[in-house]
Amino acid sequence: MDVDDSVSVRVNGEHRRVPGGTSVAEMVNLMGLDPLRVAVERNLEVVPRSTLGQVTVEDGDDYEIVHFVGGG
Amino acid sequence: MTAQQDIKADTWTVAGRTFSSRLIVGTGKYKSLEENAAAVEASGAEIVTVAVRRVNIADPNQPMLTDFIDPKKVMYLPNTAGCFTADDAIRTLRLAREAGGWNLVKLEVLGEAKTLYPDMRETLRATEVLVKEGFEPMVYCVDDPIAAKQLEEAGAVAIMPLGAPIGSGLGIQNRVTIRLIVEGAKVPVLVDAGVGTASDAAVAMELGCDGVLMNTAIAEAKDPVLMARAMKAAVEAGRLSYLAGRMQKRRYADPSSPLAGLI
Repeated sequence: MDVDDSVSVRVNGEHRRVPGGTSVAEMVNLMGLDPLRVAVERNLEVVPRSTLGQVTVEDGDDYEIVHFVGGG
Repeated sequence: MTAQQDIKADTWTVAGRTFSSRLIVGTGKYKSLEENAAAVEASGAEIVTVAVRRVNIADPNQPMLTDFIDPKKVMYLPNTAGCFTADDAIRTLRLAREAGGWNLVKLEVLGEAKTLYPDMRETLRATEVLVKEGFEPMVYCVDDPIAAKQLEEAGAVAIMPLGAPIGSGLGIQNRVTIRLIVEGAKVPVLVDAGVGTASDAAVAMELGCDGVLMNTAIAEAKDPVLMARAMKAAVEAGRLSYLAGRMQKRRYADPSSPLAGLI
């Protein structure tokens, strides 16, 4: 944790800072995304949608946030 | 049952889900999401394949596929396109299951970028793991009847051999082996990849396949919506032709008009 109480994470390969104590669902919302329309992987483990609000973002976490796009 | 009723009842079932359209279309390579949606509509497809990719966190308000193609009306079949190892494919499908909430998925594990040929060793390994985790994988594979059997034994809910390399549009290059797979399989067989034009889709269906999956043939046509209609008609025509049973081939002519009563 940093002096300003924020934590440092990686999201889709990019560095981000979010306030300490934020849940994964809140982080997704902060990014302007709808948690109901994406899937989240935290440190290589899928976070079930039902628990997104309970899992707290930790310093150093690595997230992948994905959705469906056109494909063959 | 009359022939008419027979045709009406001509559905196919994969992993307990029953469909009347035998055409599955991809949603890649379209110029716009609007065109994509119009082509899906024209194709009559009840299943579309979709890819799983990172959201653009720099621009979260970009239009989404789900705004144009309603997953409540058309079944989304998540694929693992772009995965070259079993582990990548499994990871992708775990996320797809969370994003979509269903177990029916399309597995493809590619061997090399040049041909996009499936890596069957990795494909079989991924199938085994996915089935253990409760997935119902429809599996893209080589046109090898033994490999198809092994996938079926591992729990693949559909076998999807290529007719030619992905995106090549070369048509069904392997009628003999596709037919062998159809004859040997107890699960649905769908040609996945290789169709270039409507007659190719009809050929696949005439071989007795349960369905055809295509993307580029529609998306890269000059008029994708019109080609989607053509593919719908071709798949239906090929299916009816298969059910009707074609005539025997002869080496020489046989007149269609009676010879008796000739003036």
